Amino acid sequence: MKKLCVVLDEREVQDNPFQPDMWRIVRKYPLTYDTNFYQARPIDTDAALKFNYIPGQFAMISIVGEGEAPFCISSTPTRPGMLEFCIRNVGTVTGALSAIKENQTIGVRGPYGNGFPMEKMEGKDIMIIAGGMGAAPLRSILLNILDDRDKFGKLTYLHGARTPADMLFREEFLQLKQREDLTCMLTVDKDDTGKWTEKVGVVTMLFKDLDPIDAKNTYALVCGPPVMYKFVMQQVVKLGIPKHQILMTLERRMKCGVGKCGHCAIEYLYTCIDGPVFSWWDVLHMKELIGRGASDATVA
Amino acid sequence: MMILKMKKEDLSTFLDAAKEWGELWGPTKREGRVSYAKVDSLSQMDLKATRTIIPPKKFLYPPRFTMFDYDPDGYTERLGDVPRRILFGVHPCDIHGILIMDKLYLETYKDPYYAERREKTIVIGHSCIPDDKCMCFATKTDYIAEGFDLFFTDLKMEYLVWVGSSKGHDLIRIRPELFSRSLDRSDILAYTGYREWKNSQYKVDIDLEGMPDIFELGYTSPVWDKLAEKCLSCGQCSMVCPTCNCYNVVDDIELGSLEGTRDRYWDSCMFREYSLVAGGSNFRDKRADRLRLWYTHKLQAYISEFGKPACVGCGRCVDTCPVDINVVSVSTALREQEVGK
Repeated sequence: MKKLCVVLDEREVQDNPFQPDMWRIVRKYPLTYDTNFYQARPIDTDAALKFNYIPGQFAMISIVGEGEAPFCISSTPTRPGMLEFCIRNVGTVTGALSAIKENQTIGVRGPYGNGFPMEKMEGKDIMIIAGGMGAAPLRSILLNILDDRDKFGKLTYLHGARTPADMLFREEFLQLKQREDLTCMLTVDKDDTGKWTEKVGVVTMLFKDLDPIDAKNTYALVCGPPVMYKFVMQQVVKLGIPKHQILMTLERRMKCGVGKCGHCAIEYLYTCIDGPVFSWWDVLHMKELIGRGASDATVA
Repeated sequence: MMILKMKKEDLSTFLDAAKEWGELWGPTKREGRVSYAKVDSLSQMDLKATRTIIPPKKFLYPPRFTMFDYDPDGYTERLGDVPRRILFGVHPCDIHGILIMDKLYLETYKDPYYAERREKTIVIGHSCIPDDKCMCFATKTDYIAEGFDLFFTDLKMEYLVWVGSSKGHDLIRIRPELFSRSLDRSDILAYTGYREWKNSQYKVDIDLEGMPDIFELGYTSPVWDKLAEKCLSCGQCSMVCPTCNCYNVVDDIELGSLEGTRDRYWDSCMFREYSLVAGGSNFRDKRADRLRLWYTHKLQAYISEFGKPACVGCGRCVDTCPVDINVVSVSTALREQEVGK
């Protein structure tokens, strides 16, 4: 059986793929009560331009003395020289990252994973659907498309969060609504502020407000919590977007990022090198990609 | 490939001379248990033993080792402190296991820690006598054509010696007078006789053909839940399996210090934390899911990708699992849709 995507062989691989390079946190500020935004630059400035990544790829971040974990990249490669991350405080490494101060250093290695198929997506309409933390990896491709706007067709950005306070990059995305070259729709499950000017309801509710789409010419990019996939996928499939043009980026436990430690294995694939971007066909075909049962009902 | 002949009584002399290259390790028996140990001479080895408790993967990728030393300025790799070792008496199944590890660790993103140990290890294979747990006949790993430096086939009066690498050839050149190139009809007949005899010794007959389909069909089979009721999630199957490669990484720190080590140690997909991610979501929370992953990897996924199972038939899971969950019992249970007692 053919591997889904291996871009690794063409890339320059360093001698020790586990060696983290030291980067400096140059900006850090809270996005929500438990999630921070980080901007980092390499200490060795020559390394800045060597970190060639594409949207959808991830990096392994180390905190000296705490450990290492995988994080998706939230910045766009069209603005090179730095990396941005969006990290929620939920564990050991993320806890240490939450305590870190600007000007402190972190270890970074990567980029890893297949990323989005940027070349195939050129000229196509793009529909991005983010739920909660799913905005973290999808912001990379969103900004990339906006920076290379002429290369893509119509752009739609749908984003759902629990409450206005939980919405990542809230101000940044609200400003996108001013632009005329994309459709940006934001929604919250519940507005507890009384000041929310956008939609209220789950993200799937936004689909009924969509203009008709040219389904065969559209790529749908989805990322969110497991429960979201179940409902969003039904909608996206109903729109008639081809299975291989529905892409999602997945999360798994990883200790290496380079297909060695085994933790992210799904049947014969490794999420770290064959993913983390998978198509809806992969999900139907592989069963355990987005959890048991999510695709069971689909026969044809 | 070069095949040479050696008189049986010369083996001891050869191994003594080979120690010039590096430490000599071989299977030894202590209190009824067989394991690889550093030895001074052939007399300390037990070449009749069928299998060691832990496969030779422990030399190429130790149960726990340090990858980096770190301090607040960053990470410094720790390479270069590995001794040169000669592993003598490695059976065909274990060499097949090493080849699977090579594929994983030396291709795409070469692992420098594995590569260093692999380069500093000479693998000398030795023919074996199958017992009632050996399944290498079913996994087609009963003979080996690559992956070793030298391979000794015991033909009672003499050894036939396969030279598998230039490094192996160098070892022979330490005492070239012990080896002969003159092979005649009687050697060929002795070898074919040996093969016939070996092939007749197998007691386990499992059919692994069609396993990918049977796994696919049985994905939701209650057989997995029944097996999971017995499974202790102890992970011993992973520790003794020649093709289990999963590992975990931790940063160890001295209390009150800013320096420490980044260590890598064997992990098992049988452990609950294996697929746990930040925030508490676990992709394989149920024991049945983890058990299925282990066997799916060995008997379905690997066959789908490489055309052969990631089981080399060594029989260690049969020997080790305290509740009789192993390649034989699981593949039989899936085929018959019934879990044996």
